[in-house]
Amino acid sequence: MKKIRTKQEYVEWTQKIAPKTHKLKNMIMAFITGGIICTIGQVILSLLVKAGMVKEDAASLTTLLMIFLGAFLTGINVYDDIGRIGGAGAAIPVTGFANSIVSPAMEYKKEGYIMGVGAKMFLIAGPVLVYGIVASIAAGILYYIFTINV
Amino acid sequence: MGTRLGKQTLRLDSHPVIQAWASIAGAKEGNGPMGRYFDEVIQDEYFGEKSFEKAESKLIRETLAKILMKGNVSAGDIQYIFAGDLLNQCIAASYGVRESEIPFFGLYGACSTMAESMILGSLMVEGGFAERTVCITSSHFCSAEKQFRFPLEFGNQRPPTSQWTVTGSGGVLVGNSGSGPRIVHVTTGKIVDMGITDANDMGSAMAPAACDTITAHFTETGLAHDYYDMVITGDLGIHGKNICKQLLEENGILIQEILEDCGTMIYDTEVQKTNCGGSGCACSAVILAGYLLDKLSKKELNKILLVCTGALHSPSSIQQGESIPAIAHAVGIEMIS
Amino acid sequence: MEFIRAFVVGGLICVIGQILIDLTKLTPARIMVLFVVAGVVLGILGIYPALVEWGGAGATVPIIGFGNVLAKGVIEDVDKKGLLGAFSGGVRAGSVGIAAAVFFGYIMALLSKPKAKNKN
Repeated sequence: MKKIRTKQEYVEWTQKIAPKTHKLKNMIMAFITGGIICTIGQVILSLLVKAGMVKEDAASLTTLLMIFLGAFLTGINVYDDIGRIGGAGAAIPVTGFANSIVSPAMEYKKEGYIMGVGAKMFLIAGPVLVYGIVASIAAGILYYIFTINV
Repeated sequence: MGTRLGKQTLRLDSHPVIQAWASIAGAKEGNGPMGRYFDEVIQDEYFGEKSFEKAESKLIRETLAKILMKGNVSAGDIQYIFAGDLLNQCIAASYGVRESEIPFFGLYGACSTMAESMILGSLMVEGGFAERTVCITSSHFCSAEKQFRFPLEFGNQRPPTSQWTVTGSGGVLVGNSGSGPRIVHVTTGKIVDMGITDANDMGSAMAPAACDTITAHFTETGLAHDYYDMVITGDLGIHGKNICKQLLEENGILIQEILEDCGTMIYDTEVQKTNCGGSGCACSAVILAGYLLDKLSKKELNKILLVCTGALHSPSSIQQGESIPAIAHAVGIEMIS
Repeated sequence: MEFIRAFVVGGLICVIGQILIDLTKLTPARIMVLFVVAGVVLGILGIYPALVEWGGAGATVPIIGFGNVLAKGVIEDVDKKGLLGAFSGGVRAGSVGIAAAVFFGYIMALLSKPKAKNKN
């Protein structure tokens, strides 16, 4: 009766019998949530362009307003619920990026305004900026090398 | 003076008495199936304090006050207090008992702390070094999320194997006289690590430790497998309990019928959306000091084995790719007429 | 029509993220990093701008669009200033997003405090 399992066998066995995520449901919810958020962005963008704004500036202002929306919904304790329902549909849009900045800043306010709010603000979003900027510089250098030689 | 029965198990021949107990739980726990057994349910997660950490300290402080009141003793009558929680450096416990002036041992056994403190507290009494000791633990959903996972307002999804940290505090007063449920056997766990690295799957990490300690308890005491009315694990959750059941069966320990888990009892997991159930130091503490000791004192249960389970990782160890070391401590509690 | 396109493109990008979360157990922070870097790569290769043309906000609102903005800025500045542009372009083009996130993040943190949800 006694069964000897190696660690690897144990890990595989527990994963096999673990309760599973509803993958299809999660995908549908992510599609709907992400779709709605992007459509809100499109409505703002279209209105700004219609109002006579230059397309590039309209796009920037849309980003700004979407970030405000994400930050605001986080501040009034709503975005975590959207995230729980929408999953990646709430995390991937730029509103989710705002959520990832506001939520730790709120949480660590008790540790002060410098090392709490100021430092912990980038707990989750910091890596996004680090890797985004590093990747863009690397890409720029490569782009420079290729365009010079061609 | 107690008898060593084996490598891990001691029999306490003086049968230290659990003279009083108290529990305070959060709103979500109060709305769960065990809600009516708690002495107090707090609606505000800040408990009138400025931070979650302060709220957790207050949980310990208030629970201690309730225990002393129910035991009809003052802080000066307590020789030792054994307390612990989940926060870094166990601050909930040390700040919570700061004003009491009771000689203090701070413990970290993660979610196994309730049983760990009861083992040490009852041994002090058994050894004649204390007339009375208090054993108490706490956990708080918000402070635990902040320390181990993500900020509260961050919109992440909880995986299906995850568990919900219980907000609350529970504790017992153990003494050398009086009537009440008695501590008869204690089995100290050893660390068991089966290579689980997913911090969202505590059940899988802790089930082998629970199985190891339960097996050692029955082997070393020689008790029949149906000796207890209930063998109750701390916070394995639904997934971990299933694994533990199967592991015990493979070990030839036939207690499947009487095996329960505090983590699966404290919430209505479907309605309250807690995935695999409850966890945290307070999970077993409030179930013990709320439901179990109540049932024992009314003789609706006569003999139970409480097996508190703990996962001894930290956020750093997980980020460094280490697997999760787990532990389980067992306390055999009996009504002896 | 542009609204439907934004809905579909934005939705599908998020579905890719969801699949990555559910299949690989990557944390949301890693997913966001992955998407930004992917946006930079697709942007520099000229693939993402085509998607922006078609999908509008559906392509620019997801965080992968932020990567594309960084790449776009780098291309513009390298064309103008040479190698220095590789360093100036990304942050210049992304400045509104970064500044807005820091500013609104700071303001909201001052005004609000976290709450435990799900009391039942």
